[in-house]
Amino acid sequence: MNATALQGGFATPAHDSARAFRATLDALARPGTIQTVAGAQPPAPLSVAAGVLILTLTDGTTPVHLAGAWDCADVRDWITFQTGAPLVGPADAAFAVGAWNDLAPLDRFAIGTPDYPDRSATLIVECDALQAQGAQLTGSGIKDSARLSLPDAARVFAANHALFPLGLDFFFTAGDRLAGLPRSTKVEDN
Amino acid sequence: MTAIAQTPTETDAYNFAYLDEQTKRMIRRAILKGVAIPGYQVPFASREMPMPYGWGTGGVQVTAACLVPEDRLKVIDQGADDTTNAVSIRRFFQRTAGVAVTENTPEATVIQTRHRIPETPLTEGQILVYQVPIPEPLRFLEPRETETRRMHALEDYGLMHVKLYEDIARHGQIATSYDYPVKVEGRYVMDPSPIPKFDNPKMSDNAAIQLFGAGREQRIYALPPYTKVVSLDFEDHPFVASKADHPCGLCGSTDSYLDEVIMDDQGGRMFVCSDTNYCSTRREAGHIGAMAAPAPAQPQERRAE
Repeated sequence: MNATALQGGFATPAHDSARAFRATLDALARPGTIQTVAGAQPPAPLSVAAGVLILTLTDGTTPVHLAGAWDCADVRDWITFQTGAPLVGPADAAFAVGAWNDLAPLDRFAIGTPDYPDRSATLIVECDALQAQGAQLTGSGIKDSARLSLPDAARVFAANHALFPLGLDFFFTAGDRLAGLPRSTKVEDN
Repeated sequence: MTAIAQTPTETDAYNFAYLDEQTKRMIRRAILKGVAIPGYQVPFASREMPMPYGWGTGGVQVTAACLVPEDRLKVIDQGADDTTNAVSIRRFFQRTAGVAVTENTPEATVIQTRHRIPETPLTEGQILVYQVPIPEPLRFLEPRETETRRMHALEDYGLMHVKLYEDIARHGQIATSYDYPVKVEGRYVMDPSPIPKFDNPKMSDNAAIQLFGAGREQRIYALPPYTKVVSLDFEDHPFVASKADHPCGLCGSTDSYLDEVIMDDQGGRMFVCSDTNYCSTRREAGHIGAMAAPAPAQPQERRAE
C-alpha cells in the first residue's frame, strides 16, 4: 500500500457524508438533475463524484467491483483503506465502478429477486461529461419529462426498466458532478 | 410560549445526528433502494434508539440519515408542532445535530411527521419523513411475512380488494378511514402510515421526497417526487377523501382536516384544524372562526398549557 491510499478521504466524515448523501438522494429521486458534490480526492482514474459516492455508501458489508482501468493498485488501495469494502467480481458486487464499456455486459450484475428486488447492484458509471440533454426520461421523480446524456442507446436502459421491479440502478459521474438513473425511469430516444 | 423558545444546544457527546456513520450508510443505502423501487419495503437493520418503539424510531433513523447541518427541521405529531412526541424528537435533533428548527411548513427542509401530511402544499427541496408503525398493508390479512413477501412479488393483491369489499358488504361503504391502502405507480400496494384518508390524495404527484421509516418492523420505503399514488377503490364505490363536515372553530377553514375537541360533559364540542401551523397562519392572516376569541389570538384560547 502506498501513501496516496491514506489521503483524500472526507475531512469531517459525518458532515461531508451527510451533504454528499443529500445530493445523492436528490440525484436518484429526481432523475435528470445533475448534482455537484465535494469532499473526496480519490486517486486517478476515480472521479471526485465517484469517490464521494464510494465514501458515502460503501463499507465492509458492501462488495465493490472495479472494472477496466479502474481496477488498478491506487484505486484498490484507496477503497480498501478508506472504506474496507471487499473487492469482488461483478456477480457478487453491490456497487460497481468503471467506464461504461468496461462495465458491459450488464447481465453479469445482480438485479435482485422477485422477493427482494433491493438486492441488486448499483453501477457508478464514469463519464466524460454530463449534460441535461439527450435521451428523454419519464417516470417517478420527474415532473413531466427530463433529459440526460447517457453513455449508451436508450434501448439499453429501457431494457433495464422493463425488468422493474428488478433491475440495476445507475449513477453517472463526471468530475465533481453526478446524476442518477433508477430502474423506475422510462428512457426513450429523441 | 412554546418549547422551541428554549433552544437546547448541540452536544458533542454524540456523532452528528446521533447515529454512527456505519449505521447511517446502511440506512442511506436502504433509502436509495427504496427510492429506486417506489412503494417496495426495503428491510434495514433498525437500531435501538433512545426512545420507545411507537415513538417514531423508524422516522427518527431516516431523519438522522438525511439531515445535513444546514437543514431546518419541523416535527409534527397528528398535525401539531407542540405535542410531546413532536417536541421530544425536535429537541433530540437540536441536541444531537444542532440543526435549526421551525414550525412554519414552507420554511422547513425536512419534516418528520406522525400520521398527518401538512395542509400547506410541499415544495421541491423538502423531505417528508413518516413514522410508520406497521409498514405491511397486507399484515392484518396475512400474518406470515413469507406469504406477504410472495404476494408483493406476484402482485397478488386480490385479498386487499376482498377486505375493502367486505367493508362495503358490512357497512355499505369502505369503512377504513385512516391507514387507507394505496397503489404506487400501478405496481406496489403500500401502507401510507396511519394518516387520515383525507391526506391520501396529497401523496400523489407531491413535489417533495416522501420517506417512510418503520423502526420496530425494520422497513424503509419511499415515494420520489411526482410519483403516482392511487387509493384503492371500486368503480361503484369510488375513494372519497372524507373529513368532519364542519369549518374550523378557530380559523374557519372549510378545507383542512379537523380534530374534534370535547369541551365539557354537556355534549359541547368544537372542531379545529389538526394542522396547528396551518390554523395559526390563517388566524394571523385575519381568518376568524366562529368559536375563536374576537381579539387577536390570546394565550387563554389554547388548551391547558
